[in-house]
Amino acid sequence: MNATPAPMPRWLEIFGLPLVNLLMAMIVSGLIVLAIGENPFAAIGAMAAGAFGDLYGIGYTLYYATNFIFTGLAVAIAFHAGLFNIGGEGQAYIGGLGAGLMALLFDHSLTMWPMLALGLVASAVFGAAWAFVPAYLQAKRGSHIVITTIMFNFLAAALMVYLLVNVFRVPGSMEVVSRDFEASAGVPYVHALLTAIGIEMPQTPLNLAFLWALICCGLVWVYLWRSRGGYELRTAGLAPKAAQYAGISPNRVTIEAMLISGALAGFLGFNEIMGNHRQIVLDFVAGAGFTGIAVALMGRNHPFGIILASVLFGALFQGGSEVAFEIPTITRDMIVVMQGLVILFSGALAYVNRPLLEKLWKLYQARKNAKAAAVVAPVSPAAAPDAPVALAEETATLAATPAAPEPEALETTPMPKPAPVEEVLEVVEAEIVTMGPGAEPPPAAPRRKRGPKKSKRKPGEV
Amino acid sequence: MEWFTTVLYLLGATIRVSTPLIFCAMAGLISERSGVIDIGLEGKMLAAAFAAAVVAALTGSAWDGLAAAVLVGAMLSLLHGFACITHRGDQVVSGVAINIIVSGLTVVLGNAWFQRGGETPQLQAEQRFMGVIFPGTDNISHLPLLGPLYVKVLSGQSLLTYIAFLLVPAVAWLLYRSRFGLRLRAVGENPAVVDTAGISVDFLRYRAVVLGGILCGFAGAYLAIAQNAGFQRDMTAGRGYIALAAMIFGKWKPLPALYACLLFGFLDAGAPLLQGVKIYGNTELPVQLIQALPYALTVILLAGFIGKAIPPKAIGRPYIKER
Amino acid sequence: MTAPAPSTSTETAGGEPAPAVELIDIDKSFGAVHANRDVSIRIAKGTIHGIVGENGAGKSTLMSILYGFYEADRGAIRVNGRPVRIRSSKDAIAAGIGMVHQHFMLVDTFSVIENVMLGAESGMLIQGGIKKARAEMQRLERDYGLSVDPDAVIGDLPVGEQQRVEILKALYRNCEILILDEPTGVLTPQETDQLFQILKALKERGVTVILITHKLREIMAITDTVTVMRHGAVVAERKTAETDREELAVLMVGRKVRMAPDRARARPGEVALGVAHLGLTDAFGVKRLDDINFSIRAGEILGVAGVSGNGQSELLEVLSGIRPPTTGVMHMLGRDVTADKPCSPKRMRRLGVAHVPEDRHRLGLVTGFPAWESAILGYQRDRAYGFGPIINTAAAARDCGKMMEAFDVRPQEPNLGSAKFSGGNQQKLILAREMARMPKILLVGQPTRGVDIGAIEFIHRQIVAMRDEGTAVLLVSVELDEILALSDRIIVMFQGRIVGETTGDRADERQLGLWMANAHADGPEAPPPGLPPLLAPELSSRSGKPGGRPGALPPGMKIRPRK
Repeated sequence: MNATPAPMPRWLEIFGLPLVNLLMAMIVSGLIVLAIGENPFAAIGAMAAGAFGDLYGIGYTLYYATNFIFTGLAVAIAFHAGLFNIGGEGQAYIGGLGAGLMALLFDHSLTMWPMLALGLVASAVFGAAWAFVPAYLQAKRGSHIVITTIMFNFLAAALMVYLLVNVFRVPGSMEVVSRDFEASAGVPYVHALLTAIGIEMPQTPLNLAFLWALICCGLVWVYLWRSRGGYELRTAGLAPKAAQYAGISPNRVTIEAMLISGALAGFLGFNEIMGNHRQIVLDFVAGAGFTGIAVALMGRNHPFGIILASVLFGALFQGGSEVAFEIPTITRDMIVVMQGLVILFSGALAYVNRPLLEKLWKLYQARKNAKAAAVVAPVSPAAAPDAPVALAEETATLAATPAAPEPEALETTPMPKPAPVEEVLEVVEAEIVTMGPGAEPPPAAPRRKRGPKKSKRKPGEV
Repeated sequence: MEWFTTVLYLLGATIRVSTPLIFCAMAGLISERSGVIDIGLEGKMLAAAFAAAVVAALTGSAWDGLAAAVLVGAMLSLLHGFACITHRGDQVVSGVAINIIVSGLTVVLGNAWFQRGGETPQLQAEQRFMGVIFPGTDNISHLPLLGPLYVKVLSGQSLLTYIAFLLVPAVAWLLYRSRFGLRLRAVGENPAVVDTAGISVDFLRYRAVVLGGILCGFAGAYLAIAQNAGFQRDMTAGRGYIALAAMIFGKWKPLPALYACLLFGFLDAGAPLLQGVKIYGNTELPVQLIQALPYALTVILLAGFIGKAIPPKAIGRPYIKER
Repeated sequence: MTAPAPSTSTETAGGEPAPAVELIDIDKSFGAVHANRDVSIRIAKGTIHGIVGENGAGKSTLMSILYGFYEADRGAIRVNGRPVRIRSSKDAIAAGIGMVHQHFMLVDTFSVIENVMLGAESGMLIQGGIKKARAEMQRLERDYGLSVDPDAVIGDLPVGEQQRVEILKALYRNCEILILDEPTGVLTPQETDQLFQILKALKERGVTVILITHKLREIMAITDTVTVMRHGAVVAERKTAETDREELAVLMVGRKVRMAPDRARARPGEVALGVAHLGLTDAFGVKRLDDINFSIRAGEILGVAGVSGNGQSELLEVLSGIRPPTTGVMHMLGRDVTADKPCSPKRMRRLGVAHVPEDRHRLGLVTGFPAWESAILGYQRDRAYGFGPIINTAAAARDCGKMMEAFDVRPQEPNLGSAKFSGGNQQKLILAREMARMPKILLVGQPTRGVDIGAIEFIHRQIVAMRDEGTAVLLVSVELDEILALSDRIIVMFQGRIVGETTGDRADERQLGLWMANAHADGPEAPPPGLPPLLAPELSSRSGKPGGRPGALPPGMKIRPRK
């Protein structure tokens, strides 16, 4: 702990930090590209052009983003409940099975909207069911959910291969895929809709599932921060004992969170199977479950952040394909590396860049103050009281008449009213879970929560 | 006598398949007994396999390959340590990050260096750790039962395999008989005790994690330059996770972990034998079921239907001095 | 931040040439909290030196600095006249300093000998170290009467013996200066006596002992000199023989101590809560609660006294519905709540049972939540906070604001993070939440633990006010003073049983203390009269513990919060 609290405004914390983390990942990736003898800037250029250069690129970018939003939300919900769901991969796979199964069974008999609704529900139910077993085992038998969800990824893969080879494969065909669905079991493409209203857009797999992904973000936000269930979920995630005290069953929360998480991951299957492939195929999840971890971490487990991070990763994947096309030595696997780096920097090394950014901010402030000091008299540090830190837990000894001891006086000094912008950010901040299961941030320099932003230190004071 | 040939094959294969699992399980065990979750076994092993194959192909020496693998394993462990020990990051997240980075990076580098879609060049026998033939195989081979067992199972395994099996008692000895082991177990249970005893918690954990990385290096080298003749994309194929499961099943103890590795190895080795076996008249036993068995079994074991595994008390929690 | 340097004119006692420990102008801040302000203390060799002060006076921080757990921002340390730089515990150990921590630094799953030798193994292999440690432990047992079975597993030992292992650890490292941080908090009076015998033996052999405590009785009983700290600074230094409890108490709190808030006599009504033959057996088969019988009437405070860990926490958990009892019956407001559905905190709340938990940080609120969210904890399903599944956040925040105003929680900001409030303000918020719905039964655990003095009286007044409104109050506290000040009736718990009962006005500290230690009972716990405590530890700690099974342990000796 530092003697001087490091002031960092919330906007910097919420938007700056993920950007710095991303930048670090990009720099390391750039070094790798450099190491294999290619020009990283050319790669970035090709990537940006490929991802956002035209409607085709944008279409693909958003199509990938759809997947990542679903898996990102899945990981985030589990994080809020104090669980690490590594099983998004398998849950999405089985979710796709659910959608595909419904399509194969009913695409002849149902019209489009009922068919799609059925597929959507089935993908959620199947995904949730695949998450239920690890959740149940965690809740009732204490099996480590990280390990069981990993195992369930492998089990899902084995099951899907078996089903495709032995059940769904068109007899006589060598290809390990199911038959094509009827048109009724296809989610309307965005390019088709746009063309209908007169906007030309090349054919991309982007479909209405993207809209559903955005709606899911809204629903997840409402659930987490505006519903009783979400309140209980977060309580159980942050303070399991407090949850018990409040009459919240940790087991129920574990199962509920994983069911929602699995259902969200299952929607990826809907997007892929009914939106894109329109038949059941192998390996359509293609690592998106793990990308969800990166997305959730970068988006700080907040739906809004997850949308931004998903679009970013969508762009990386789409742009990555373009790069692979133009610079053959840089394969799509480079994007996997970047994704891993993002997890590393914004997850595992979350506490490395933060102090760095704080230092930079302080330096910047000190400079600004030095300039301002010439005009305005410095504000005494005592006038800007810090957020009180709860005093060391000890047993109170002697009950006595109050005499307002000094620390107390310091702590209860009324805080200055915050600016409205800060107020909003504060709410956003309160909604952010820093990290996964049970992880409490280390006592790095305590963050300033409120108070004037300027004049943290006297000029000349070191 | 056909069944006997099958048994011999099965035993030999089990030993071969178990070897990387044993290395990895011991790696995870050392790391986790010090209180650091090691989900990055898979990634470290994969990176080590890549390094071993590349260096062995370039220098033509299996030993150089092994050295490179160990080095890479240790480096990745240092990264894990830097994130989780020095900077108190989340240990599971760090492990996942390592796994993902490695799965991409090995292919990118392999592709850039050898242009074979992520594979490394095929290695010659002298660039690999081939089977070690024990003395006297010719004389004993004719003995009933014992002879073939000696020749086909005990003899002829890779040097690394023998190291793996010797490793288990060595780890047990280290853990329970040495000063380092005593401190290691203490830091996994209650790091504050170690700190107040004047021992650096961080340094101790670093040593444990790096030791684990070195063993992952052996595992990777075995895969790439002993069992196989080169690196293939994602060649670990979940073995790191299986090893992790084996270690948990072994209750974080060396000997039980070895048994778990052998069991999973046995399942893996036995799977091909069960292919095409008819059950219920004409229905074939699905191959995928056999392939999935280790994972399913792990889940059943983790569900606590066989005993209860108590992890080290301080596992997963970064050490922060309390105020 | 520059602090006004308080004039710390320390009156050195004796003035020996080379004190064992000399702390010079030690200054330490944690963020905004100034824990030590230019502290200077000299401790003479071979003495027992007490450091007293209230909670948060900076005693523990100071000793943690001396033991290298933290580094001081400023100041110097001299040991035996030589300046030393202590940056880690290793440096401290090398300088001959040992410490017995408040929460013992022992590995539960290790044997005594492994714990003793950890960090001082003498060689790469354990084997040689064990032999040496065994011999050394025998010597220490001879010299100081420190007898512990070297092969026992720590987790199976009673607290008193665990503490002895801590002392052994320090002595094994040849410590000449031994710091004890609140060593008697978890001990029974007999164990405390044994500890003091050991400390005297240490002193006779030239070891310097530093005793940190807030119990004046202990200071008077054993120390030679005493330093009084307040708000991080030294306020006085005395020879123990030349001072008395009253003077020290005044120095500690800075004014005359006054107890007991003004309160009228209780006017008890109907029985609101009654339990009969209540029992709780834990997963290890240990009886945490054993045949508990009592009743509380409306408008009455029942104080539950006892050394911490004698079943009080479990009693609160059972009564609040967190844990179901194994046996027995609970009647609440005329209903048998054990008979039908299994009890849950949710159901208890609906019945009108409110619970202020002992562990504020982990149970009472969620430190990661803004205050308003903590203020609906347990009532998150309440109709007042919206209809259906959606929470009306505006209503909840408004409610929180009202609570803050009524209970003077500062700062009055419902959006501020719960962790940002001081202990007293957090506790007031919890109290406000639990009292807001006018509960019929109020369960209160350690209401003023870690709470600043200013808030203590406020909290006490609120509890009494609740009683006057007709609520039945169950008050659990390890602070006898608190129990005496608030309770209309008092029960004393020991090893999960009620061992004494009295009324508030008839209770006296001595009698309660005897009950708490179960000293009057002729059970196996009581040492034979006349036997010096030093020779009796075997008897007192080992009895009723065949084979070291945890099941046979005195429960109070086992469960301690350890982080």
